[in-house]
Amino acid sequence: MAKRIDAVDLNVYYGSFLAVEDVNIRIEPRAVTAFIGPSGCGKTTFLRTINRMHEVLPGAYAEGKMLLDGENIYDPHVDPVSIRAEVGMVFQRPNPFPTMSIRENVLAGYKLNGTRMSKSDADAIVEKSLRGANLWNEVKDRLDKPGSGLSGGQQQRLCIARTVAVEPSVILMDEPCSALDPISTLAVEDLINELKKDYTVVIVTHNMQQAARVADKTAFFNIQGTGKPGILIEYADTKTIFQNPENEQTINYISGRFG
Amino acid sequence: MTEQVTDARDTTASPTTKPWGGRTSSGSASGDKVFAGLAYGAGGLILLVLAFVAVFLITESLPALAPTVFSQQDSIASADSFWVYVMPLIGGTLMASAIAIVLATPVAIGIALYISHYAPRRLATPVGYVIDLLAAIPSVVYGAWGMITLSTAMVPIYGWLHDHLGFLPFFAGDPSTTGRTLLTSGVVLAVMILPIITSLCREIFLQTPKLHEEAALALGATQWEMVKMTVFPFARAGIISSVMLGLGRALGETMAVTLVLSGGVFGLSLISSGNQTIPSEIALNFPEAFGMRQSELIAAGLMLFIITLVVNMIARWIVSRHKEFSGAN
Repeated sequence: MAKRIDAVDLNVYYGSFLAVEDVNIRIEPRAVTAFIGPSGCGKTTFLRTINRMHEVLPGAYAEGKMLLDGENIYDPHVDPVSIRAEVGMVFQRPNPFPTMSIRENVLAGYKLNGTRMSKSDADAIVEKSLRGANLWNEVKDRLDKPGSGLSGGQQQRLCIARTVAVEPSVILMDEPCSALDPISTLAVEDLINELKKDYTVVIVTHNMQQAARVADKTAFFNIQGTGKPGILIEYADTKTIFQNPENEQTINYISGRFG
Repeated sequence: MTEQVTDARDTTASPTTKPWGGRTSSGSASGDKVFAGLAYGAGGLILLVLAFVAVFLITESLPALAPTVFSQQDSIASADSFWVYVMPLIGGTLMASAIAIVLATPVAIGIALYISHYAPRRLATPVGYVIDLLAAIPSVVYGAWGMITLSTAMVPIYGWLHDHLGFLPFFAGDPSTTGRTLLTSGVVLAVMILPIITSLCREIFLQTPKLHEEAALALGATQWEMVKMTVFPFARAGIISSVMLGLGRALGETMAVTLVLSGGVFGLSLISSGNQTIPSEIALNFPEAFGMRQSELIAAGLMLFIITLVVNMIARWIVSRHKEFSGAN
């Protein structure tokens, strides 16, 4: 089930360095929300706080609230592991497990849960997830080959299949197309459009056209200078951000005056 | 490999394939030649040394391997045939090394994993240094420690093992009162090979791509599940290699075993005195040996050489079996 995300006064730190300051945002379920902004503005950092991947780095932590359908994932009783199982993530560079076959990659999340299932159930999940990632027709005859043997675009869709296989409520994507060629990018973008029927999708992108193409709402992040924290500048419908932005900085960024 | 080197040399040496008109790249071309020559030379030298050792071992051991043909004698000096003589030694060597590997590998992997993935950095570095320091201790010191300290400490343990697990052939027989047994030797060997396996495993564990670790964590893996899912499979070949290196050291270790073990006839019991290993047998007897006895000992050395070779080949075969999934592509 897709869930709504609310960040409330969220500050993100790397050690003593404040990387992202005071974010308040409501991300709607069954929609695609894009984060845009120049490099170093904290959009990826903020994205990684949504599934608590941020704190994997030594010294990194977040303050404030991140509500998933009203439940604070930074509540002290919450186990980050359970959050990551519920909020899936697709990374900038395709990272299928190289030691696993395509099939094993798709089922990796179930292996972690320790779910016991019959071969036919597993087959059904593999087919459904790979179809969901528009990859089934390309790999159905070589499911037992290593995932690392696929092309970059196929690998990225395999990673998406791996993420959707466990039916998370949110899918985070950190510049999922930046390592892909235009054809593969198109395939992934089509996929994102289908994913939003069932999931809350949040995507970080450097490519403003991509944000315009896939996102329902867009958030613009910016920094005021080196060493200053990233700030959420403007958040609105994608159309508004690109055609009628309110903030001066947003206008400058989307018109290509900097960034 | 060889082809690549040849190619590189050909393209740089041939004047028709210089794309940068006026700029001569003669410096790098001759550098390539020198380097290729050095690489060839180094590779060839290793093969040459190995060949000389093999030839020496074989020619010197022929009188013992086939006494009727090469030395006009019916039998060798210490037994009816060479195999009757050497089999117990091979058995002792393999058992001591097996004990060392079985004890050292899990501990080494545990320590390496602790240093690479669990310990806070200010603790990981000193622990790593201490482990490396273990490798710097001379084997004779290990031997002395094993002989004086460890063997005494092992005596009550042997008594317990005999009382409770005496039904196993390994713990049958009268426990040694001095503790200077094959098991004690195996424990000393385990301590000696621990730093080798630990250091290599730590380096390999640290090289696990962050991308894959994060992929596992993002799927909801705990730290340990992440290790099982990404670090171990990635490091598989490296772990096997490091264990083989450790095994190589254990098989060939002479001084420590010679000092610790009060040798004797071969037996399965690890807690009674008895057993002997090939290197220790050679070290103890070589100074006084001549003629046939010397051939016997060198032939025993040849057997050790072959065992090490076979072990390494098995290791390579294990590693290559999963090449497709190694993550190297």
